Amino acid sequence: MAKTLTINGQHVSAEDDQTLLEAALDAGIKIPTLCRLEGLSEVGACRLCLVEIAGSAKLQPACVTKVVEGMEVQTDTERLRKYRLMILELLFAERNHICAVCVANGHCELQTLAQQHGMSHVRFSYLYPQADVDASHDRFVIDHNRCILCTRCVRVCDEIEGAHTWDVMGRGTNSRVITDLNEPWGDSQTCTSCGKCVQVCPTGALFEKGKSVAEMAKRREFLPYLTLMRQQPR
Amino acid sequence: MSKPKLATVWLDGCSGCHMSALDMDERWIELASLVDLVYGPLVDTKEFPENVDIVLVEGAVSSEEDLEKIQKIRKQTKTLVSLGDCAVTSNVPSMRNRFPVPVVENRSYRETAQLNQQVPREVVPRLLPKARPVHEFVKVDVFVPGCPPSADTIYYVLTELLAGRMPDLTNLTRFGA
Repeated sequence: MAKTLTINGQHVSAEDDQTLLEAALDAGIKIPTLCRLEGLSEVGACRLCLVEIAGSAKLQPACVTKVVEGMEVQTDTERLRKYRLMILELLFAERNHICAVCVANGHCELQTLAQQHGMSHVRFSYLYPQADVDASHDRFVIDHNRCILCTRCVRVCDEIEGAHTWDVMGRGTNSRVITDLNEPWGDSQTCTSCGKCVQVCPTGALFEKGKSVAEMAKRREFLPYLTLMRQQPR
Repeated sequence: MSKPKLATVWLDGCSGCHMSALDMDERWIELASLVDLVYGPLVDTKEFPENVDIVLVEGAVSSEEDLEKIQKIRKQTKTLVSLGDCAVTSNVPSMRNRFPVPVVENRSYRETAQLNQQVPREVVPRLLPKARPVHEFVKVDVFVPGCPPSADTIYYVLTELLAGRMPDLTNLTRFGA
C-alpha cells in the first residue's frame, strides 16, 4: 500500500517499505549522502542525510528511516545545513586529507561535498593522526590518511564480491578498515583482487597502483547493474 | 586620500600562491592604481608596516618565526586573507606532522646531507611541533582555498575587498583546486 507524506512541503507518494531517502530521490528531492551507494546495503554511517521530522526532536538519517503515513519531513533547513557542514569539517579534521597531492583530487566525493556546503576552512583543530599506507597488494593501495570509514569497501566486498576481505577494527578515531585479520593486503588469502572496493571508495583512500595526483577517477556503473542482474532484494 | 595598503606574506608554502598572483599579469597595473604594495617577497621592505589594509598570507604556520610574524601581521592589518591551501588547511607542510621535530630535522640535515651533517641552531628558525593553518593561531577574515588559487580568483578577492564587499568563493575555488 502506498503512503503519503510531505517532504519540504511537497506531497510525496511512497511505497510501503521505502526509506525516506528513496522516497525523496523518487520525488526529485536531493539529500546529500556519502556512505550510501546504490546497490549496497544502508548503514547510516556518515549522517549527512539527517532530516528533520515533525514531532521528533531527534534528527533521523533518511537512508535508514522508513516512510510513515502523514510524515512531515524537512531536508534542507539551516539547522541541517549547519550539522552537515560540521560533519564534513570533522571528517577533514580526523585524517590527513591533503587534496592538492591526492590521487582523487577533482574526483572525490568528500571534496565535492565540502565545496557544495560552502566549506571555506575547517573550524576544528586538525588531529594529524598517524595513518599508514599499505601498498603490499600487487595492483591496489590503501591510504588510511584519506579514509572516512564509510565502509563502502567492506560492504561491496561482502555483499557483492562475497569475499569479506575488508572489515573495521578499533573504536572512535582509532578505527581503521583492515584486510583479513589486520594483515598486509598483499598477503590476504581471501582477496580476489577484483578491485570493487577501489571503485566504490568515495575518496582517494583506495586507488590503483600507478595513479598519480588527480588521476584516480572511479568507475561505479557496474554496481547497480550487478545488483539488478542478480535480482537481490534491497 | 592615500591608497589602501596591500601586503603579501610567504610563510611555510612553496611560493606557488605568489606565482599565481603574478599570473594576474597586466591586471597588476590596474591594481597599482588602486593600492600601494607595501610589503612582501616582491617588495624590499624589511619590517611589516603599520596600518596595512589587506594582507594575503601564503603558507602554514610552521616555525617560531612564522608564529611571531603572523601575530605581528594580525595586529597591524585590517583584513587578513588566508591565501591558498597551506594557509587554509596547512596542506603539504602538514605532511611532516606525523613525525616528531627531531626526526624531521635528522632526516633533513643529517641522513640526507652529504656535507656538514648537523642540525642548524642559528639563522634557520626552529620548527613548531606541527605545521598548522593560520586560523588556528590568529583570526582570519577571508579564506581562499586552492593549490594555488587561480589568478582570476586572487584578482576577484582583491577587487571585491577593495570595493568593500566580502568575496563569495563557493563556486570559484576549493581545496586542492
